[in-house]
Amino acid sequence: MRDIQQLKEIARQLRIDIITMVYNAQSGHPGGSLSAIDILTVLYFGGFLRYDPTNPWWEDRDRFILSKGHASPALYSVLAKAGYIPHEELNTYRKTKGYASDGYSRLQGHPAWQGNRHGTPGAEASTGSLGQGLSIAIGQALSGKLANKNYRVYVMLGDGEVQEGMVWEAAMFAGHHKLDNLCAIVDNNNLQIDGDVRQIVNIHPLPDKYRAFGWHVIEIDGHDYNQIINAFEEATNTKGKPTMIIAHTVKGKGVSFMENNFKWHGVAPNKEQYEKAILELSAGGV
Amino acid sequence: MAVDIKSLPKKALRDTYGEVLVELGKIDPDMVVLDADLSESTRTHKFHEAFPDRFFNVGIAEQNLIGIAAGLAYTGRTVYASSFAIFLSGRPWEIIRQQIAYNKLNVKLVASHGGVSVGQDGASHQMNEDISLMRTLPNMNVIVPADSVEMEKVLKKIHWIKEPFYVRMSREKFPIILPADYEFELGKGYVLKEGNDVSVIACGVMVSMALQAAYELEEEGIDVEVINMSSIKPIDRELIVKTAQKTKAVVTSEEHSIIGGLGSAVAEVLSEECPTILVRHGVEDRFGISGPAWEVMEELGLSVEGLKKKIKQALDKKSKC
Repeated sequence: MRDIQQLKEIARQLRIDIITMVYNAQSGHPGGSLSAIDILTVLYFGGFLRYDPTNPWWEDRDRFILSKGHASPALYSVLAKAGYIPHEELNTYRKTKGYASDGYSRLQGHPAWQGNRHGTPGAEASTGSLGQGLSIAIGQALSGKLANKNYRVYVMLGDGEVQEGMVWEAAMFAGHHKLDNLCAIVDNNNLQIDGDVRQIVNIHPLPDKYRAFGWHVIEIDGHDYNQIINAFEEATNTKGKPTMIIAHTVKGKGVSFMENNFKWHGVAPNKEQYEKAILELSAGGV
Repeated sequence: MAVDIKSLPKKALRDTYGEVLVELGKIDPDMVVLDADLSESTRTHKFHEAFPDRFFNVGIAEQNLIGIAAGLAYTGRTVYASSFAIFLSGRPWEIIRQQIAYNKLNVKLVASHGGVSVGQDGASHQMNEDISLMRTLPNMNVIVPADSVEMEKVLKKIHWIKEPFYVRMSREKFPIILPADYEFELGKGYVLKEGNDVSVIACGVMVSMALQAAYELEEEGIDVEVINMSSIKPIDRELIVKTAQKTKAVVTSEEHSIIGGLGSAVAEVLSEECPTILVRHGVEDRFGISGPAWEVMEELGLSVEGLKKKIKQALDKKSKC
């Protein structure tokens, strides 16, 4: 059985990494990284994603694509914890110099594919320009089916991102082709840069929309570990349809003054705020 | 010696594309082909018929077309994606940039219906800006074959180069002007006719028109050099400088806007290496019109007569310079 307390402890450490990266760079997106990190923790460390950090190009690996690429601190902290990159490399996030073969950083502002000159080992696509990850995931899922491989492809979108038209082109295609090796997650934290998603251009009811496009839809609390685990299990066991997990989350989760505040979408904390955040996250240890 | 290009055998490049895709599909089992509801027009339906499992029609959804192409390429496959030039290069340009170009993916974007010879569909479907859009992308190679012989050679060469390519075809049949033993080389131009007075550097269907213009002008005592510059990126800087040094007057000719395409690419080289009188022949800074293909071409000056005027302009400028 999965040790939920252990997973929560990992997520707590990753939240500290996320805040530290954004603070060190004085740039980046803490809010959407914190809302996503519990789901990523379960995916990578709860036994769902099959991967080998010593062999990032292993053909049969499961793939995860962070379509909401601005949450790159979440991805980078996970890839460091998983062993793809050294933990100290997190200090090169959004910096000019780093660990790439030409001396530049491999932790670009938004993720670059591991085959890219400035890409991160373990990053399965270049993302950040919103709306593209689902189509890429479809391409990888189709390729796996064609080659009779049983790998699965996971992709995480933001709820604001769902406003992109390309997402719906992809949703239609995946439903039509019954891509059951594909699992998408919407990190539904209700906030986009300019404010409340429901007030800017409402995307809801999202479950009904995806069901209408031929998807199996699961709605969960994206910070409840039992619900996250059950959702990934249900997705794995769902045949004949792609699965969409709509995870209701809190933007900035884990740092009191960042929670549910869209102003923390893409702003770095100052020294005082950083220390307060670390204090809160340290006190939250198990 | 006069050659009437109208008497030469003709073939549409897209017919060759369909045939060669099937040939390549037989020897490369990892190859996949995508289209966006124009497979009969682009001729990718030939591949669909031969290899139904390795063909995906994404419907009228060009952004998804490019995203899926990228996903397939990320897994190591050689991917072809086709549509009309307007929809393949214009609609999903930013996704091409973020995925195909940035990651140097092994995706061949093969566009049909480039330029104004689309004819009756009108300005909405006549893509005169695609060479410009693609040429500016880092890592992107841009090829505009002159005839079906070259189309075949291009495909069989670039299939094995694991980089992004944009290959541009027009809808109409082009006269076959290249010899059967012609070999395409990436980054190399090809001198079809040597001359001393003025150089015409052309691509696509304008290469055959340039040949015709050269032979007609020969009777007026004008000695025209004709170069097929199908490889627009990378471009043959050496040959451009060499011909400019020889003739001291250059005309570029393309079925594309005079802004941003072959004309601009040649201008960049000449300005940096060997400033030379240059006249750009192509679609002026304007939109096209509906009408039968060759009538529209004629109206917009994309004809042998139109090119001859530009050649004479270049000679005139050269004499005054």
